Amino acid sequence: MPPSISPVELRTSPHVRTTQSVELIMRNVVYALLPISTWAIWQFGLSALALILTVTATCVATERFFNWMADRPSTLSDWSATITGLLLALTLPPGFPLWMAVVAGFVGIALGKALFGGLGFNVFNPALVGRAFVQAAFPVSITSWTPAFAPGRFTEFIPTTFTAPFTIPPDLGAWVKAAGVDGFTGATPLSLWKFDGVVTSSSDLFTGMSAGSAGETSALLILLCGAYLAVRKMMDWRIPAAVLGGAFATALAFWLWGGEHFPQPLFVLFSGGLMLGAVFMASDMVASPVTPLGIWIYGLFIGFITVIIRYFGGLPEGVMYAILLGNAVSPLIEQVTQPRIYGAKEAKK
Amino acid sequence: MSAPHTSTLSATPQTPSFRLIAVLGTVAMLSGLLIVLVYQWTLPTITEQKRLALERAVQAVIPGASSIETLVLEGGQLHPDSANVNGLHVYLGYDQAGTLQGIAAEGSGQGYADLVKILYGYDPACQCISGFKVVASRETPGFGDKLDRDPKFLANFQALDVQLDAEQQALANEVVTVKHGTKSKPWQIDAISGATVSSRAVGRAINDSASKLLPVLTPRLSEFAKRSP
Amino acid sequence: MDSKQTPITMDTFLAQVWRDNPVFVMALGMCPVLAVTSSATNGLAMGIASTFVLIGSNLLVSMLRKLIPKQVRIATYIVIIATFVTMVDYILQAMAPAIYAALGAFIQLIVVNCIILGRAEAYASKNGVLASVVNGAGTGAGFTLALLLLGGVREILGAGTLFGIDLFGPHFQPWLVMILPPGGFFALGAWLLLFSWLKQRKTRRAELKGEPLHAG
Repeated sequence: MPPSISPVELRTSPHVRTTQSVELIMRNVVYALLPISTWAIWQFGLSALALILTVTATCVATERFFNWMADRPSTLSDWSATITGLLLALTLPPGFPLWMAVVAGFVGIALGKALFGGLGFNVFNPALVGRAFVQAAFPVSITSWTPAFAPGRFTEFIPTTFTAPFTIPPDLGAWVKAAGVDGFTGATPLSLWKFDGVVTSSSDLFTGMSAGSAGETSALLILLCGAYLAVRKMMDWRIPAAVLGGAFATALAFWLWGGEHFPQPLFVLFSGGLMLGAVFMASDMVASPVTPLGIWIYGLFIGFITVIIRYFGGLPEGVMYAILLGNAVSPLIEQVTQPRIYGAKEAKK
Repeated sequence: MSAPHTSTLSATPQTPSFRLIAVLGTVAMLSGLLIVLVYQWTLPTITEQKRLALERAVQAVIPGASSIETLVLEGGQLHPDSANVNGLHVYLGYDQAGTLQGIAAEGSGQGYADLVKILYGYDPACQCISGFKVVASRETPGFGDKLDRDPKFLANFQALDVQLDAEQQALANEVVTVKHGTKSKPWQIDAISGATVSSRAVGRAINDSASKLLPVLTPRLSEFAKRSP
Repeated sequence: MDSKQTPITMDTFLAQVWRDNPVFVMALGMCPVLAVTSSATNGLAMGIASTFVLIGSNLLVSMLRKLIPKQVRIATYIVIIATFVTMVDYILQAMAPAIYAALGAFIQLIVVNCIILGRAEAYASKNGVLASVVNGAGTGAGFTLALLLLGGVREILGAGTLFGIDLFGPHFQPWLVMILPPGGFFALGAWLLLFSWLKQRKTRRAELKGEPLHAG
């Protein structure tokens, strides 16, 4: 018999046992994402700004549209749609055509959230649902990377940004050459490693001096922003720790086993979207487990799967699918890791 | 439901076994009859369609071939085509005057999803591959399914070098697929960017098939060079 | 329950096409629905092949319904269905080899399509020959319609073509996911959503007007 507690305050998840409200937490997550967005704009210029604004606006508008469809009051004030928009924009390549970004934002909120019943009921992280959809729909555009710190980034847009809706974006090769960035091959550190065997230095990765999705490049900045949330107890620090730990341990095991075939564990930790995914996406309060043991299992699982996909999958990056898989198994993890209720006896076997 | 069958199965069965067998047997016989009729009726068309499809594929890789002779490579020997030999099919394409225009052969290599089966053309004059066509593939639409349509990729197969070495026992240089933009030798295939695995499948298919076929075929080329039209 | 008294109306046919659509309302036969609808042509061909099998098997099952003992009825139905599937298989090979190659094993798999066995068991074994044929044709038409709608949406979005005809010119960016397997689920989900929404709206309107609800 579970002990009865009363009076009970009923709230939708995220369930955080503090006096904080959903709105307050979500607003702080937005604050934490702002420095990362600013860095993305500084690094990639006007196109990144347009991308972030477009995706966020699409997500907010979609959320409102489904509120209206369901005859429910607006849920915009809980900031969750804004977070989805920011996170989604930060996982896309900076020159991603805006019309595709609108598709991503709409699908993320509609399929990932609204159809499940809104915040608190979503099985998957909505931002990742949107990204997974465009990854499958537009595989070429979502792997067209542009160089960071291009000289004219504040005066001109990346030519693919304003592709007319439903048309193929122009080829970036000529523009990248004209932009005068030496040695840029249109590859992220991860694809450079996977297809060419070139390992980018960990210090470049740590500070964000490399190509990649708008917001995934600076591991340092993401860690700092994550630390802010963790210190204010608005995020469970154990999830990112477990994800990064799982990835590091798996990478270390492979490195020790066959060092010449696999990159250094630090490279795995700081490259691609692992840092952003671990800190801001795996920690999604709705789609992750709440039991103490479950949190660690969930995080380690995501880290492990990420490395396995990177090493043995067809794609260079696996964080997105790893987190979605983690989301999918989190109800199962919660079920098998239910803590014993205080005072209750061990169930008879 | 008609009257005799309304009883449930748990009640004593009222239908004797021989009736069950008789009904099933009759229905099966009727079915067999229908199938045989349709089979007989469609067989000539199906055979014709298959021949046409093969002819089209061979003509696509041997330009100018108007008639085809089929051989089968098995156990290091070329046999005339017949139902009881299984192996690599080789097609000799002749023009109207009966001169050998080129040779087409089957090949297959592991692609992204499944085996990619191709038909490639071999030109004995330049000892090179003159073209290829995908016969069956389950590669990802949009990436690996454009193998025989991508003009840049097809350019590899205008004269892909498959010369034999001095002993005439193996290819002088293995056909290899290299990463997009790094082709430097005539026996290399420049992969499609973004479809490296599927491109490699084509390279392997040609390499495996040609290294088996060409040492056997080359010494006998003179007997195949001409045939009565 | 004798079949001769059942009148054959337009509803014998139309109910299967719309109100009891095998795919969008009853959600049957999902395997071919998801697997072969990567283009409108494939969907149409699959629909026509299934319709042929449905009509043929309904005809034969209805003709033999008084002879077939209850104990072996399923086995008999399967034999009958398999016969017509094999016939379709040969006819398609002869008449449309390209479509046959595109549909692959799914032609043979019509045998295990639950729509067909379902019609044989639920309708043809209890109704007259003509009614069964009409019902089978209606179910086939409903199935074909569903496959066509799904295949059409997926082909337009996923390849920018319809029945292989280019719709948007060379600059169209195809949504590859739509012709990949997940696209089948997305398109099916969207259609199911639309159908249940239409149904709900109809119910609501009928309630507002105080009219009796349509049975079914």
